[in-house]
Amino acid sequence: MTLELKQIGKTVGGDTHIYPTDLVLEPGRFNILLGTTLAGKTTLMTLMAGLEKPGSGQIFFNGRNVTGQPVQKRNVSMVYQQFINYPSFTVYENIASPLRVARLPEPEVRARVERIAELLRISGLLERRPDELSGGQQQRCAMARALVKDSDLILLDEPLANLDFKLREELREELPRLFAERDRVIVYATTEPTEALLLGGFTATMHEGRITDFGPTGRVYRQPRDLGTARVFSEPPLNTAEVLVLDGCCRLAGNLTWPAPAGLGNGPHVLGLRPHHVSPRREQADRVALESRIRVAEIAGSESIIHFDVHGAHWISQVHGVHPFEPGSAAVLYADMSRAFYFTPDGKLASAPAGHRPAGGL
Amino acid sequence: MNGKIVNQKAWFFVIPVLLLVSFNAIVPLMTVINYSVQETFGDNVFFWSGLTWFQEILRSERFHAALTRQAIFTGAILAIEVPLGVAIALAMPRKGIWVSVCLVLMALPLLIPWNVVGAMWNIFALPNIGLLGKGLNALGFDYNYTRQVGDAWFTLILMDVWHWTSLVVLLAYAGLVSIPDAYYQAARIDGASRWAVFRHIQLPKMRRVLTIAILLRFMDSFNIYTEPVVLTGGGPGNATTLLSIDLVKIALGQFDLGPAAAMSLIYFLIILALSWIFYAVMTRNEEQ
Repeated sequence: MTLELKQIGKTVGGDTHIYPTDLVLEPGRFNILLGTTLAGKTTLMTLMAGLEKPGSGQIFFNGRNVTGQPVQKRNVSMVYQQFINYPSFTVYENIASPLRVARLPEPEVRARVERIAELLRISGLLERRPDELSGGQQQRCAMARALVKDSDLILLDEPLANLDFKLREELREELPRLFAERDRVIVYATTEPTEALLLGGFTATMHEGRITDFGPTGRVYRQPRDLGTARVFSEPPLNTAEVLVLDGCCRLAGNLTWPAPAGLGNGPHVLGLRPHHVSPRREQADRVALESRIRVAEIAGSESIIHFDVHGAHWISQVHGVHPFEPGSAAVLYADMSRAFYFTPDGKLASAPAGHRPAGGL
Repeated sequence: MNGKIVNQKAWFFVIPVLLLVSFNAIVPLMTVINYSVQETFGDNVFFWSGLTWFQEILRSERFHAALTRQAIFTGAILAIEVPLGVAIALAMPRKGIWVSVCLVLMALPLLIPWNVVGAMWNIFALPNIGLLGKGLNALGFDYNYTRQVGDAWFTLILMDVWHWTSLVVLLAYAGLVSIPDAYYQAARIDGASRWAVFRHIQLPKMRRVLTIAILLRFMDSFNIYTEPVVLTGGGPGNATTLLSIDLVKIALGQFDLGPAAAMSLIYFLIILALSWIFYAVMTRNEEQ
């Protein structure tokens, strides 16, 4: 079971939603589509499912061309951000609905529904209707509907986005157990880099209708192919600055210098630094100090997210603990340049931290 | 009390509303109740008559006949307008400039004053000069709504369907467009039929707005007066004399204040009771 996209593209009324894309998705692991809203994740999924016809290119499933095939004939399941269930059916009838369309005998329907309901911990709710369930239970019901028929392709379009924090964590922990073991292709769209990292598998980062990088999630995170990928795969947003590299020395804003990583060529580069590698406290002696002014500080759970003006750029620091900061006051920001990415002016990765060199090919 | 500030000025805000409500609702209702239990021979002299008028009305064949006509009328227009309205709403476009065009066209009949609707259809259906009446006769139908009972009913119902189906369409359409696209996608993935999509997605999602539409159409059609009076005047004979028309005949034609008042109250209680039953039945499943 392999899903293969060859030069798949989609244009609607002169707007290109998906640029011609090649992608090979393997079964038995999470294939994550990571990108901001409107990056094209949902469109790409509807193309994979056959809900919409691609404007160009071909789709192969197990080597078989399924490009023109409508969704009913493809054995696909999809779970949406909204909790989609039949409103007038009980949970049992909802889960059973795909089996009823397939005209399975009643004893088998019952057996399969009960097994899936148990897996998703909604066995006690089978006689209720969707509007009598909590959001998390409704989404469990929708997932059960997607799992009950043995589909070859399961698409999950931001399934946890509408759940509150606690339910999201709870379901996220169960997801790999529910989906990943099966011999089917799983595609999971999310806007959250953390979610991609937690689910593992393979990640395709998407930006404005293009797949910017695709590979094992850890590799894409640690060695993003380009600046766009690094931006998509950083939350809070990636800090960037233009630096000049000359003879093993990086120079920012004329007077700040630090040693360049080995092998980085001369010339202008774009520096990329994730917010948790920038801190208002000097944690180690080798940190590079940047003169800055505090714009605003937010507290998110046990972390502080502080926004700074650094030489005209907007930088963000993410630190543990709750710290009081006075907006508008001057501050010194300490950057761990050993964790910095360097990109060429046209956005290609030139150097990744910890001695990683960009692998050739991907 | 306990240092709580009592601001008597608040009364200035409450009293106007209180006066308004009492003049337009409580006082008229009290007057009607007053008339319904008294007998008068003119000169503003009244005698207590108890429930005589109520008994008389409830036993009168004339009231039964008007009530039956009213029930048939309301039943017929509900049976036509609700399915027709839903069907039109389903056929309307969801995107593009045609949405506005359709919505404006649908809203037009609702904007026309009721007596104008009656007058329009009165002329439109005239057998000798009206487009509808003359056209039907030219096609070989013996159509004359001022003489033939069946034709009068046909015209009356057609007029109401023309005038009010739009209301059901607009409400049903509002219900339909609020259904997220994902529901239709999910149904396609399941391979659900067009009928199953309607029965299990669209209809349940339209439930609330349809409840409102049916209630509004029920109450309005049970109260209807202006349009049929302008169209047929209750005729031919008494064939289209609905409850409200009969009530006006008794109250203002014959000036029988007592029976008319008693009939008003019975009429009011019937609408109240039926509306409540309708609402209770239609929302019953939600409360379970």
